[in-house]
Amino acid sequence: MDFLTLIQVLDSTIRLTTPLLLACLAGLYSERAGIFDIGLEGKMLAAAFFSAAVAYVSGSVWLGLGAGIVSSVVLSGLHGLASITFRGNQLISGLAVTMLAQGFTVLVAQDWFSQGGRTPSLSGGARFTGITLPFADTLAPVPFIGPIYAELISGHSILVYLAFALVPLTWWVLFRTRFGLRLRAVGENPAAVDTAGVSVTGLRFSAVIICGVLCGIAGAYLSTALQAGFVKEMTAGRGYIALAALIFAKWRPWHALWACLLFGLLQAIALRYQSINLGGIVIPVQVMDALPYILTVVILAGFVGKAIPPRAGGEPYVKER
Amino acid sequence: MTDPAIELKGISKSFGPVQANKDISIRVMPGTIHGIIGENGAGKSTLMSILYGFYKADSGEIWIDGSETQIPDSQAAIAAGIGMVFQHFKLVENFTVLENVILGAEDSGLLKPSLTRARKALLDLAQEYGLNVDPDARIDEIGVGMQQRVEILKALYREAQILILDEPTGVLTPAEADQLFRILHRLREEGKTIILITHKLREIMEATDQVSVMRRGEMVATRTTSQTNPEELAELMVGRKVLLRVDKVPAQPGAKILEIKGLRVRDDKGVERVKGIDLNVRAGEILGIAGVAGNGQSELMEVLGGMRAGSGEVLLNGQPLELIGANGRAIRDKGIAHVPEDRQREGLIMDFHAWENVAFGYHHDEKYSRGLLMDNAALRADTEAKIEKFGIRPPNGWLSAKNFSGGNQQKIVVAREIERNPDLLLVGQPTRGVDIGAIEFIHKQIVALRDAGKAVLLVSVELEEIFSLSDRIAVMFDGHIMGERLPDRTDEKELGLLMAGVAGEAA
Repeated sequence: MDFLTLIQVLDSTIRLTTPLLLACLAGLYSERAGIFDIGLEGKMLAAAFFSAAVAYVSGSVWLGLGAGIVSSVVLSGLHGLASITFRGNQLISGLAVTMLAQGFTVLVAQDWFSQGGRTPSLSGGARFTGITLPFADTLAPVPFIGPIYAELISGHSILVYLAFALVPLTWWVLFRTRFGLRLRAVGENPAAVDTAGVSVTGLRFSAVIICGVLCGIAGAYLSTALQAGFVKEMTAGRGYIALAALIFAKWRPWHALWACLLFGLLQAIALRYQSINLGGIVIPVQVMDALPYILTVVILAGFVGKAIPPRAGGEPYVKER
Repeated sequence: MTDPAIELKGISKSFGPVQANKDISIRVMPGTIHGIIGENGAGKSTLMSILYGFYKADSGEIWIDGSETQIPDSQAAIAAGIGMVFQHFKLVENFTVLENVILGAEDSGLLKPSLTRARKALLDLAQEYGLNVDPDARIDEIGVGMQQRVEILKALYREAQILILDEPTGVLTPAEADQLFRILHRLREEGKTIILITHKLREIMEATDQVSVMRRGEMVATRTTSQTNPEELAELMVGRKVLLRVDKVPAQPGAKILEIKGLRVRDDKGVERVKGIDLNVRAGEILGIAGVAGNGQSELMEVLGGMRAGSGEVLLNGQPLELIGANGRAIRDKGIAHVPEDRQREGLIMDFHAWENVAFGYHHDEKYSRGLLMDNAALRADTEAKIEKFGIRPPNGWLSAKNFSGGNQQKIVVAREIERNPDLLLVGQPTRGVDIGAIEFIHKQIVALRDAGKAVLLVSVELEEIFSLSDRIAVMFDGHIMGERLPDRTDEKELGLLMAGVAGEAA
């Protein structure tokens, strides 16, 4: 593999990591507050559709992004209502959100655009395009550093930079602010938060809403930046891979970045090499596609030590008698 | 005349059909320690949770320092100067002491200034009241006594003037409890008002100025502590005369029924919890194992009950007992009966009827079988007999186990195990969460079994219970037997030291 190919694979890794990272951080906020969310997939899917639809109709990708975020937050609110207000089962609620999104995106897309459950292709102002960082063109000819800067670091859409910037920001929020302290506390022992005079419901809803916003951005990125338009089931399990990455990262922001990069790299390799020939043995593309899941199983089997979720995760808060 | 620090007027609270508090009024004067005593389920904790804004009263008024105050939530209670130390601590286990103290009382959006201020405040409080803690230690790395201090510090950091403690000594060694009471006296000297909720008469007599007694949701009396006595308080709590001491004749130990040599047991996480102990129990005697919860007593009972594997040697009536792959049934068939520590998880199936519960573990017995079928009629007849003999209330075998009070649930378990007439009875925490009336009865049954020449191995974290039942006392600490004592040749202080791991000379 030559240097340029490597740069291209890594470049593709960054693009593919972005939606995983956004969804993973979304899940991190929610699960740190004690609300398990397997509906990341559904929220991304809804956001992908509404972003593409609104961007196409209005011609503005920013309006599209807004619509994506709103749709995802609405689904988050639904999940919050079911699991916080009505103390329902969080897994079932999350699953319902995903199934709902899988159904209605295609239905509404067909009704609005009549293109077999997709939106028309986006172009121009209806898509996020790459940003060329300063001096990218000047530095490009410089050996080694040039391609890294011009190809790998420069030229991504604004959402990519946002996603990566969210990692230190999330760390800072969680571990350096009052909100972060309370958020972590409510995921570990909501009774401690309640008796300290802080609203458990309020905290958990804010976490769920943040989760919705981030999933919204992730979905919008899929349909308006990574690809040009919405197609059926375009999230392709990214919500679940993000959850796997979250467990892999043991619910910590910086580890989430590394986990998502690893899964992004696997996807990039699978995308570039349809089948890999290793000394006569051909590894089919399906194996590559399955790798993130295989990796997750290996991880969950205790390969990287025990991943302990937030202690109150998945449990509705009921004042004990 | 000064206004009371707290005055509750006509507080009532119901949970569904259960009325936990009925028209309760109480006055607590500032700068005093006011005890509230009552049996489990008398409504003490509910009343205090209302005062702390954790529950909302259905009716009634709360007056703080002479003015009526609304306390809709804990925030309002904190603002009114009330702090509460719950029976089950409300701490975030993977946070540091410092983080737990500032949680909910942060000065600003960023943590740093709050952490700096809290660190200094903790040092000051430590000096003032003798409340020493390491601010940077994680909660799951410190002991329960220390955790309780963190809870008190949390309240003081919020400038609480009124401190409510709910059953604060349940998890403490006697020495830790003494230290707690010293701290409480210190707080009283500084003008704080303290409400102490407990079901232990001894604590009320030692620590309080005033005492109010609750029974079945009602406030039945308030006394000045120095002008009352434990007998009167117990009678007020139960509503009839009770015997606080168990009447028993001296033991007449016979042959060794149980011999334990070098027993080692690991818990579910693979941590060794019983580290090579030797014990024996003779026929006609009760061996009491004292110790703070979590020092290996549970694992010891589980091994003997066939619920867990262990290594070493255990002889029952001289015959070796299988320690690996043993099961409850094999153990029971050999003549061991087991009243497990956690009756709701291990002793009963809460959703099953009493008559189904009353024979668990013995269903295969011919008495309850008709060929391959269970003889339900026999089971129900047997239940009727046990309800009669053990005074189980309400006397209805068709009720689910969960519909009985803690004391009556325990009577079902005790009836089932004792009526098997075992050679060895294992009893774990027989009276945890059991009201005084039922305690008296259960203790009598255990002593009666002993007098019938059977061996009893008792595990309890209540020293009072250990003293009143045991013929010999062994103290367990960190998986070891720290020593054996005779109840009439030792005292709580000595046992307390052993329970804390301070070795004494051999008995």
